[in-house]
Amino acid sequence: MNEPNLISLPPTPVAQSVSPENPTGAPDLPPPAPSAIRKFLNSKSSGRVPDGAFRGLMFVCALSIFLIVLLILFVLISSSKLSIHTFGFKFFTGTTWDPVSGDFGALPFIYGTVVSSLLAVAMAVPLALLVAIFLLEICPQFLRGPISFLTELLAAIPSVVYGLWGVFVLVPIIRDQAGPVLEKYLGWTGFFVEPNFGVGMFAASVILAIMIFPVISSISRDVMRVVPPSQREAALALGATRWEMIRISILRNSRIGIVGSVILGLGRALGETLAVTMVIGNHPDIMKNLFAPAYTLSSVIANEFTEATGDLYLSALIEIGLALFLVTIVVNAIARLLVWAVTRNNSAVAH
Amino acid sequence: MTFKTISSAALAAVLATAGVMTAGAQHITGAGASFPNPIYSKWFAEYSASHPGVQINYQSVGSGAGIRQVSEKTVDFGASDGPMTDEQLAASKQKLVHIPTVLGAVVPVYNIPGAAKELRFSPDVIADIYLGKITKWNDPRIVKDNPGISLPDHGILPVYRSDGSGTTYIFTDYLSKVSPDFQKKIGKSTSVKWPLGIGQKGNEGVAGMVHNSAYSFGYVELIYALQNKMEYGFVKNSSGKWLKASVEGVTAAAAADAKGMPADYRVSITNAPGNDSYPIASFTWLLIPQHFDDAAKGKVMVDFLNWMLTKGEGEVSALSYAPLPKAVAASVAKTIKTIQ
Amino acid sequence: MNPLLVRSENTERMLNLRRKISNHLVTALAVVATLVVLVPLIAILGYLLYKGFSSLNLAFFTKPPAPVGEEGGGMANAIVGSGVILALASAMGIPLGIGAGVYLAEYGRGTWLATAIRFTADVLNGVPSIVMGIAAYSLIVAKQHHFSGFAGGVALAIMMVPTITRTTEEMLGTVPQMVREAALGLGIPKWRTVISISLRTASPGIITGCMLAFARVAGETAPLLFTALGNQFFGVNLNQPMAALPLQIFAYAVSPYDEWHRLAWAGALVLIVMIMVSVTLVRIFTARGALKGGQH
Repeated sequence: MNEPNLISLPPTPVAQSVSPENPTGAPDLPPPAPSAIRKFLNSKSSGRVPDGAFRGLMFVCALSIFLIVLLILFVLISSSKLSIHTFGFKFFTGTTWDPVSGDFGALPFIYGTVVSSLLAVAMAVPLALLVAIFLLEICPQFLRGPISFLTELLAAIPSVVYGLWGVFVLVPIIRDQAGPVLEKYLGWTGFFVEPNFGVGMFAASVILAIMIFPVISSISRDVMRVVPPSQREAALALGATRWEMIRISILRNSRIGIVGSVILGLGRALGETLAVTMVIGNHPDIMKNLFAPAYTLSSVIANEFTEATGDLYLSALIEIGLALFLVTIVVNAIARLLVWAVTRNNSAVAH
Repeated sequence: MTFKTISSAALAAVLATAGVMTAGAQHITGAGASFPNPIYSKWFAEYSASHPGVQINYQSVGSGAGIRQVSEKTVDFGASDGPMTDEQLAASKQKLVHIPTVLGAVVPVYNIPGAAKELRFSPDVIADIYLGKITKWNDPRIVKDNPGISLPDHGILPVYRSDGSGTTYIFTDYLSKVSPDFQKKIGKSTSVKWPLGIGQKGNEGVAGMVHNSAYSFGYVELIYALQNKMEYGFVKNSSGKWLKASVEGVTAAAAADAKGMPADYRVSITNAPGNDSYPIASFTWLLIPQHFDDAAKGKVMVDFLNWMLTKGEGEVSALSYAPLPKAVAASVAKTIKTIQ
Repeated sequence: MNPLLVRSENTERMLNLRRKISNHLVTALAVVATLVVLVPLIAILGYLLYKGFSSLNLAFFTKPPAPVGEEGGGMANAIVGSGVILALASAMGIPLGIGAGVYLAEYGRGTWLATAIRFTADVLNGVPSIVMGIAAYSLIVAKQHHFSGFAGGVALAIMMVPTITRTTEEMLGTVPQMVREAALGLGIPKWRTVISISLRTASPGIITGCMLAFARVAGETAPLLFTALGNQFFGVNLNQPMAALPLQIFAYAVSPYDEWHRLAWAGALVLIVMIMVSVTLVRIFTARGALKGGQH
């Protein structure tokens, strides 16, 4: 990557004629000294007015991103004002969601979102890293292409299709095959207790894990791949085994990117809607049992947003949207800070 | 080069979409109840086929959505199985008329692998399953109603509607009438707080979940149970008779309560008196604006409603809905004349 | 022999053994993990192909859905609807995204404003699609008083922008400074330089970014729930509610009808093939174009 100060362009007559304070490039500036060549070029490829207009247009595009986010934030805040005023902070600690009496608390949804996403990350990360290592260091050449193609294909499958597969394949498997086994061996932990109907927190986490797996795996593989060969060779030359080489030269050098990929995966899991809605059971309850149905922030919006009758109900749903929005911003910010902190301490390592 | 092709393709796309935005034909959009969706989708398909240039698009998104969206004026008409409350009518951005269309029955459906058919459910048992007081299929109270049938020692999975639903309204309206405990703890509405179970979207979703999950229990409109060959139970009516939902039972319930029909048609016929009245029955309504902003749309809508009363009503029994009682149909015809 | 030396040799042997074991253990773990992952991978893709292909027929591509519970019908209207909505989204999202990327890379480099916009783009990228749906509903549907394919297109367009902006910026960053300087030195105005030199040089990467963004939104359902709504009729009128493949798959998947399940699988297969084909086509096109232009 170039340093910013290397980028600033050398002043040229054309570039200079548009002052930075005047991005629209008003044509009232004195024209540069005319020369035959300049005249020719100007007549050929037009002059300052389009230059300024172009710059202005690009600026408007860039600014619109800013405006869009502000607009979304504004809509969310202004439409959830009623709920914010009525419930205050209690909204985030309340456990009732009762449209009949108009009592709304978001804790079960927050719990559902956080737990399903963290479980998904916990399941996906070790597998994704091991697969990345396998593809990079162990896999025979002829298998590498097909396997990585398969994992990338997984990333292209839309959420609703995962939901479809979840409903018809995964849920029956969890209900009839995996569930009883889990209950037998892990039932004592209290996480896998009958009744198990297939749909519930566990099914949602598994679907999410499968969905975020390709994100984590392919990004961390890309990151591992750019570790310079000299690093590997140095480790091997010192007599390290393959695992030691992976640990010392690859994992250590690429851990920033790996953390980044994990957080990206987490972000995707937090906001995921359709696939989760189809398998989580949509029941707002906080249960230790992972077989029990649960509910997430995004699912409750998907289910109830168009039909919330009554201002308070609607406002409460939009506040849930606002909460989801803020959570994703915080997750993004944490990712950014982490990467920044790690790169600063290991600037020699980072490229 | 590549950039030019891309940008010209984008430009072409913009022009093409701008072109199609002006295309003609009369489009009317409605949304709401999934309870009557089988008959509505048939009606609208037939009406559109016999009236070229008219498309009535109906989306089965739930009664709550029907009420809210027509109140917000984002759709041309709504549909609901629970009549709008006075507050909802007051909050609406336009004056709405309830037009009853058909009557239907809500049935308790269940999925018990290998169990005998035709289970019986007394009203308090249904209420207590949803209250979490009856949790096993072999609960003594279920066994008592079903002598001689062996029921499994397995937990019951109650399935309910996760969206705002008129079917939920009918069901909770009924359970509130028969179980004081239910009324106190849950109450009646298009969306309520269920103490347990799992939620699914639409009659389709609940039927799908019960269909696909062993040991589950749910409530759906009769036609959904029939079309999917699902088991549904007998329910004890207010006279103590065990009835399986049928067109006759619903018609009887409507007849028993039709005399008390108010002028705005907002009536509940659950737990109706009479020996043959099926207890979990209801009218379902279209929510039509009294005054259409677009007069052409209003004309089409009125024409459709008249078509519905004459032609459409003849088709409902085939899908196990009950047609409107004659007296109600006659007064609806008068109401339709007031729509502009 | 020196006993000390023997001991150290022993420990060394032990250590080596441990290192070897852990090495083999990790290798085995990685192999097992890959197998564990491959099973659901192949299961999903295989099941999708099997169910999808066995359910596809001509009616699927030519007929709109049949009334509830009746046999037959297809998803022709949803395929067309998805095409229209995606074309609209691309027509709005791609120019906007590229424009913002150009500003960040060519004009705003190093300024606080660019940093702020870059951060906002990342925020926008992380906004859950369902929240986008709420925003599009509140800003367009509720204001216009009707659901429309247009509102769906706008929601998807906004979701495309951040990915395109960031890839455009990154790709423009890789264009050698010398190339730009040469053009500017010839007196070519900056805007021509940006379009004909920088963007053109970076175009393969930018197009890949656009395709990534396209593939991401093509399967989105959540933002369409409250905007495009769905429609059982054929229609390309953007002012009307519009059918879309993901919406239809969702509606059919949660239904109790076997016929609809069948259609949902077929729809899923068609949707994925549509995404793959459009991505591959553009890849092929751009590869050729780039070769002709003599770049990369």
